[in-house]
Amino acid sequence: MIYEGKQKIWSEYQKEIPDDHYFYVRSCIRQSFFPASEATFLDITRNVLGKDIFETEHHTTCGGIAYHSDTIPQETVMTIIARQFALMAKHGYENYVCSCITSFGLYCETMETWREYPELEAKIHENLWKSCKLEFAKPKFLVHASDLIYKYRNMIAAQAVRKLVNVHTGEPLKVVEHIGCHYSKMFPSKGVGGAEYPYVLVGMIEAWGGEIVDYPERRHCCGFGFRQYFIKGNRGYSLSNTHKKFESMEPFKPDLIITNCPGCPYFLDRWQYVIAESTGKTYGQDGHGIPALTYEEVAGLVMGYDPWDLGLQTHQVGVEPLLDKMGVEYDPAKKYLGKNGKDLGSPSPCACLK
Amino acid sequence: MKNNILIIGGGPAGLEASAQLQRMGYNVILIEKDSSLGGHLAKWDRLFPDGVPADEVLSGLIRSTEGVKLFTETEIRAINRLEKSYNVRLTNGITVLSDAVLIASGFDLFNAVKKEEYGYGIYDRVITNADLEAYFKTGSDKRIDHPKRIGFVHCVGSRDEKSGCRSCSKVCCATAVKQAIEVKEAFPDAEVFCFYMDLRLFGRHYEDLYLKAQKEYGIRFIRGRVAEVSENLDGTLIVKAEDTVASKPLKATLDLLVLMSGMRPSASGKAVGDLLEMTVEEDGYFAVRSGIAAGQRSLLPGLFLAGTATGPKTLPETLADARAAAVEIDRYLTEIFPDARNYKQLVRERW
Repeated sequence: MIYEGKQKIWSEYQKEIPDDHYFYVRSCIRQSFFPASEATFLDITRNVLGKDIFETEHHTTCGGIAYHSDTIPQETVMTIIARQFALMAKHGYENYVCSCITSFGLYCETMETWREYPELEAKIHENLWKSCKLEFAKPKFLVHASDLIYKYRNMIAAQAVRKLVNVHTGEPLKVVEHIGCHYSKMFPSKGVGGAEYPYVLVGMIEAWGGEIVDYPERRHCCGFGFRQYFIKGNRGYSLSNTHKKFESMEPFKPDLIITNCPGCPYFLDRWQYVIAESTGKTYGQDGHGIPALTYEEVAGLVMGYDPWDLGLQTHQVGVEPLLDKMGVEYDPAKKYLGKNGKDLGSPSPCACLK
Repeated sequence: MKNNILIIGGGPAGLEASAQLQRMGYNVILIEKDSSLGGHLAKWDRLFPDGVPADEVLSGLIRSTEGVKLFTETEIRAINRLEKSYNVRLTNGITVLSDAVLIASGFDLFNAVKKEEYGYGIYDRVITNADLEAYFKTGSDKRIDHPKRIGFVHCVGSRDEKSGCRSCSKVCCATAVKQAIEVKEAFPDAEVFCFYMDLRLFGRHYEDLYLKAQKEYGIRFIRGRVAEVSENLDGTLIVKAEDTVASKPLKATLDLLVLMSGMRPSASGKAVGDLLEMTVEEDGYFAVRSGIAAGQRSLLPGLFLAGTATGPKTLPETLADARAAAVEIDRYLTEIFPDARNYKQLVRERW
C-alpha cells in the first residue's frame, strides 16, 4: 500500500465546508436506531465548539426511503426537498447540513437534476408555491453531518480526553471505516476524498489517534440497500453482503468499525448477531463481535462522554471490550437505565455472541 | 533555394518525416523537448507482432536523419504566421523562418492513476504497460517478484467516457497480447489472464499473435471489464470483474496486474497548438483538413501534422503517416508556395 498515492487522490477530492451557521435536518432512521448520535452531534457542535446549528421541528423526511423503493413520483420527492430548502432560507440560512446519507445523496441528485433540467426546477418552484406557499431556494453549501465533524476533527482532537489507542498496549486501535454508498459513490466530487478512497472518516480516525484498516471488501455495501432489506425475500442477500465484508476484514483484526450512514452501523451490527446465532461465527476477540459505531459516538468517546449517554447500549454487539481497550470508565449497572434512571429492561442473552 | 521546414517532435513520426524531407533536398530543422530522441519508442523493449527490438527500429530511424539540424531539449517559445511562412522562436535562443511546419508531437500515455478503482499508485503490485516494458528493458522492478498469477486489463483510459476518452487507442490489445506472451516466457509457471472488452487485432499477423498466445502459451482471455482492485493482507491483489461470456461475476487473486494505459493527446503538442490557436476536436487531437483526403494538413496553410498528433496510431501507421506528410509538404512547397503572386488564391483552392 502506497499511502502517498492515497494522499494524492484525497487532495483532489476536497470540498468547501463552511465553518459555521448551518440549518440541520435529522434522519428518519437514525432518530429511531441511534437517537443519541444526533443529540451528540448537536451537543458537540453547539455547546462544545460553539457553532450555530439551527433546526426546526417543521422539517420532514426527505422522502428518500420511498424514492429508493419506487413508491413516490420524482416530482413529489423534489417538492418535499424544495420545502426543506425553503425552510432553511426562511430561517435565514444558506448552509444545509443533513444527518442522513440517503438524504445527502438524494439532495445531491436533485440539485444536479435541477442543474441539468432547469424546466423541471421551474416546475418544482410552482409545486412548492401551490402546496406550501413557500419561496423556492437552494442551499449555497450542502454538506453531510460527517463532513462537518471531519471539518472539526482537529478541534475535537484538541479537546479529547483520550485517543483511539489501546491503553494496555499503547498501540493505535485498528479501525475499519465504512461510508454509506450514497455519500460519494453517485457523485464522487461531493464527498471528502471521493468514492474509491473516501477520506471523511479516515481523517477523523487519523486525527483521533487510530489506525485505518484497508481490507479488500471495504467498498462493498453494508448489506442494507433498500431493495435488499425492505423486500423480505431479499434479506438473505442483505445478510450475505454483510457476511462477505466481515469475512474480508477478519484477518485484519479490527477493533472498531466507524460509519457515517444510518443503515450501515445498524446492519453491520445486527447481522453480526444473526451470523453468530446461526453459524456460531464471531468476528471480534474471544467470542465478541466488532462494534460498529457512528462517527458521533466515536467523537463522543474520545471527548469523554459517558458511553451510555452516547447510546452505545442500543448496539447489539457489546461495546465493553472496546471501552476497556480505550480505558473508558463506565458503570455496567447503568447500561440499561433510561435518562430518568428508570430500568428499561435488559435484552435476552445471545447464545453465541458475547 | 532550399526551403526551411521545422519539425516539432523527435519521436518516430518526426524522425521519419525528417529523413524523407531531408532526402527530398529540404533544409530540415528538428526540435525535441527531451534530451534524447525516440519518444515512447525509446522506452519500449520489443514491438508487436514480431517481437522486433524497439532499439533496432529507433536506431534505424535516427541513422536515416543524418544531415538534419537537430536541437534537443528545445521547445517553441513563440510562433507567428507571416504572409507565407512561420517565424518561430525556440527556447534555445534560435529563431527559424520556416516555410512549412510539421507538428509530430506524439501522444501522452493515459495517467492510470485516474482510474482510481484499479489502484495504480496505491497498490504496490499494480503496474502499467509502460512499467512492464521498462522491466523487460532493464530487468529490474521490485514490484515484479516471480509472480504466479498475472492479469492484464485492456482499455485503461480508452473507450471509456468516464475517463474522458471515447475512442480506442488501437495499440493496447496487441500490446497486451505481446506482453502476456513475454511475461509467460519470463515466468513460465505463471497463469496469465487478459481482461478485455473486444479484441481489436486488425493488423497483419496480429490475429496470429492472439492465437499463439492461447494455443502455445495458455493465456486466458476473459471478456469483461475489471470493476475494482483491492489488496490483501499479504500484498496480493483481489480483482473483481465480470465474465460476460459466462454471464457471471468473477473474483481473482493475482500477484501482478498490468494496466494497458491508452493514448491521450500530447500536452506539449497542445501547448504548441495553443500558440497558433489550432483547432482540436472533441477527442483532444488536432483537427485535420480532411480525414480522408488530407489527413496530414492542419486547418492552417503551411502547417502539417503527422503521427499520433491526429489520433491513436500503431507504429507502422505512424511511419506511413509521416511519409505521407512529407509528400504533402513537398507538394505544398512545389505547387503552392513558390507562386508568390497567386499564393493566397492557391491556398484557398488547394489547401
